[in-house]
Amino acid sequence: MKSKVIVFPGSNCDRDVAVAIKKISGSEPQMVWHKETSLSNSDLIIVPGGFSYGDYLRCGAIASTSPIINEVVKKANEGVPVIGICNGFQILIETSLLDGALIRNNSLSFICRDVYIKSENQTSIFTKKTNIAKMPIAHNEGNYFASDETLKKIVGNDQVAFKYCNQEGEITFQSNPNGSLENIAGILNDRKNVLGLMPHPERAAESALGCDDGKYIFESILS
Amino acid sequence: MLAKIHITLKKDVLDPQGKVVANSLNTLGFETVQDVRQGKYIEVTIDEEDTDIAKQKLNQMCEKLLANLVIEDYSVEIE
Repeated sequence: MKSKVIVFPGSNCDRDVAVAIKKISGSEPQMVWHKETSLSNSDLIIVPGGFSYGDYLRCGAIASTSPIINEVVKKANEGVPVIGICNGFQILIETSLLDGALIRNNSLSFICRDVYIKSENQTSIFTKKTNIAKMPIAHNEGNYFASDETLKKIVGNDQVAFKYCNQEGEITFQSNPNGSLENIAGILNDRKNVLGLMPHPERAAESALGCDDGKYIFESILS
Repeated sequence: MLAKIHITLKKDVLDPQGKVVANSLNTLGFETVQDVRQGKYIEVTIDEEDTDIAKQKLNQMCEKLLANLVIEDYSVEIE
């Protein structure tokens, strides 16, 4: 498993995700600085969470113009699995690899707590081993928005990867932490090889962290 | 030349910040305030002679980076 973790100025979950992948896959991911221009021999590309470029302009906007992004887009279009977590999701949205937008939480507060999510799509490489999972969110701009037309397209095409739910797996208004349309916590691209999600699976990937539900996403890719 | 760019949220995108600001203005006694929408104002100094070329480039800048067209509209004014 040759996995690559992209590192931007301000990434802060890059090492966490590398530890999780190493533990689950047995092989050490390669850290790739955003100024590099090649991602050859990649089986999996991770765009990690953090505050790339201090969230200047819009979260993920500046990082989406980094030199490595052209290569991420190229590999994604070739079918290589790509995951964007939290700020990584925001970056993938800004590159247009994923549809919609992530706007300010409706509470106007930074939210840092555990949530439950449920797989909507159950066949993609990322979601086939997941069902109801608990993992943390930590974001200020995670409120998923899309135009009616885009929403209809992603729902119709089974591109909704995860929805916020309660402990029983029910998709309720109360279990939506940030105002996301239809409780959307993560989406896939058309081809289902690119996943973006706001919750942090790497922060819940082993029992020592209090919860290991996040590992199923990584195991799903590796299986 | 100096370009003044206004970036605003599209009408159908909820603006929670604007709502909070509107509520605060109401609390301060400005009871006739009905709605507030918050946006961004960006000044770009650009070394171009031709206004049309500058405008074309500024539109590209907005579309490629300065605005997110999924949620935002923009307008460019050149001085």
